[in-house]
Amino acid sequence: MSNFPQFSVLEEAILVEKPEAKEPLGILFWICVGWIGLNIVGALFANVLPIENPLFQNYSFINSGPSLHHLFGTDDLGRDILARVIYGSRVSLSVGAGAMVIGFGVGAPLGMLAAYRRGRFDTILTNVMYVLLAFPAIIATIAILSFWTPRSLFKIIVVIGVASIPLVYRVIRTATLSVATKDFIIAAKVQGATDRRIIFRELTPNIAPIAISFLLIGVATVIALEGALAFLGLSVNPPTPSWGNMINEARTILQVNPWLVIFPSAALCLFLLCLNFIGDRLRHHFDVTEVKL
Amino acid sequence: MLRYVLRRVVMLIAICFIISVGSFYLIHLLPGNITTVIEGPGASPENQAKLYKLLGLNKPIYQQYFVWISNVLRGNLGTSFISQTSVASTIRAALPIDLEIIFLSQILAFITAIPIAMRSARKPDGWLDRAFSAGSFTLLSVPTFIVIVLMVLFISIKAGVPHTGPSSYVSFSQDWLGNLESMALPAIALAIGSFVVYYRVLRSDLIATLQEEFITMARSKGLSQRRIMWRHAFRPSSVALLGAAGVNIGGLLASGFVVQYLLNIPGLGYTLISAIDTSDYLLVQGIVLVVSVGVVLINFIFDFIINIVDPRISRE
Repeated sequence: MSNFPQFSVLEEAILVEKPEAKEPLGILFWICVGWIGLNIVGALFANVLPIENPLFQNYSFINSGPSLHHLFGTDDLGRDILARVIYGSRVSLSVGAGAMVIGFGVGAPLGMLAAYRRGRFDTILTNVMYVLLAFPAIIATIAILSFWTPRSLFKIIVVIGVASIPLVYRVIRTATLSVATKDFIIAAKVQGATDRRIIFRELTPNIAPIAISFLLIGVATVIALEGALAFLGLSVNPPTPSWGNMINEARTILQVNPWLVIFPSAALCLFLLCLNFIGDRLRHHFDVTEVKL
Repeated sequence: MLRYVLRRVVMLIAICFIISVGSFYLIHLLPGNITTVIEGPGASPENQAKLYKLLGLNKPIYQQYFVWISNVLRGNLGTSFISQTSVASTIRAALPIDLEIIFLSQILAFITAIPIAMRSARKPDGWLDRAFSAGSFTLLSVPTFIVIVLMVLFISIKAGVPHTGPSSYVSFSQDWLGNLESMALPAIALAIGSFVVYYRVLRSDLIATLQEEFITMARSKGLSQRRIMWRHAFRPSSVALLGAAGVNIGGLLASGFVVQYLLNIPGLGYTLISAIDTSDYLLVQGIVLVVSVGVVLINFIFDFIINIVDPRISRE
């Protein structure tokens, strides 16, 4: 090697260029993924699972604690809490998924286009989004849901989803900006690649890690928001169970039946914790530091 | 600086305009005839006329906005047709309670988050840092409404601590000590949520700041650890902390709503939810308008403070 000094310089350059070893995801990451998967399966197949009907009222078992018959106990109307927790996940999951589909469906393409095209389109859109971001979204959500009656799952998803658009826009725009100015994009342009090719083949794969980790944290935020709305009685109407409205129903009988609060709370917190953890790990794994969420 | 402030003021006015249009339009989201929905089917013609005058209902919709906004700017948010009291006076009575809860919770959050974040940042990956980072990450996933329900369950009911349960609210003018007692639980619940955010933001920013050259310089001058932390590292890092606090305020108000709802504290949140339950739409509209404008104003003030702390921001 010493005979070819320029060679060693080259090798050094390659060594520097080589990306650092990625941080491993760890066992906890996969446990969290498993838990989220389990929740999704439970929500999808709640009808075929060997659990009681969540609306069935058994008056001989009222406010009974956990037992072999009712693993999580029963509520003040004799309904099985385990069944209600499993069915309740449906509301949280659909709000989380639905709202983010709207938020990313509108916000992400707009953010990418604005950052890629720049110019007047970008200036106007970004200013509009910044004005919307300054609007207190939580208050607006409460306001719209209190007037737009009767409330339904669909309306809740639409309101929360639309409220999340400016936030998604900002994150995706910032992420795209950092990629769009890199050399390989310029190289692609010089080679005469079409805009469509650059957007789908060059930009999208590079933004995906940021988008995915933000998506997971976004889902967690949205689910927590729906929980708070349900707790205030502004989400789906009873008797449909949701984690938030179960906690709301439990608040008046805390003294009698603490289990009714503990199980849905634990289900919600565990779910959020797993989502946040996965999002956080992925961010470290892909070394996303430029974009502040 | 002046140009920056002017630009922010223009933006502030634009946002307030949008908020007012939004709050105005809320009434039109109601299904059916507006007077019937707001005042009930048995409303007297006199009351109906009053509502028509307030909202300008017989005019085209863009003129209705001007009728309504000119009333609002004169402080007339209408009269609730359920309690027969003016919306403005109801809000004036409830607002101080929200401010008190937020004020107390922020004091608690800052006096705990700042020293602990400094300790953590001094030895990143030490046992204290690990414990608090893991703990705060876990707490990040516990929404305030669950925190407060669990606190009521374990502190007021299981441990039986007096003056903390639902409906134990005492007003400040009646008995200030009792008031503080009844505010303890809500303030702590809100403080936990804020602590988690402030701790995480300040810790990571301090770790970055402590690696700067001017800190090495300060160390080599032989300054004490405490002096370096407070005088040299905290000031640049406090920008991030203030930014987080400004963004946090909207969420804080909403958390306050949840806490008031559970504990029957007659602040804006409790009033808002009861108004929604009784279909007192004018009151809901008034609270939404006041709270939204308040949040935007507070954000504006925080921006201004951040600029004083770090004047470089306005020059960018």
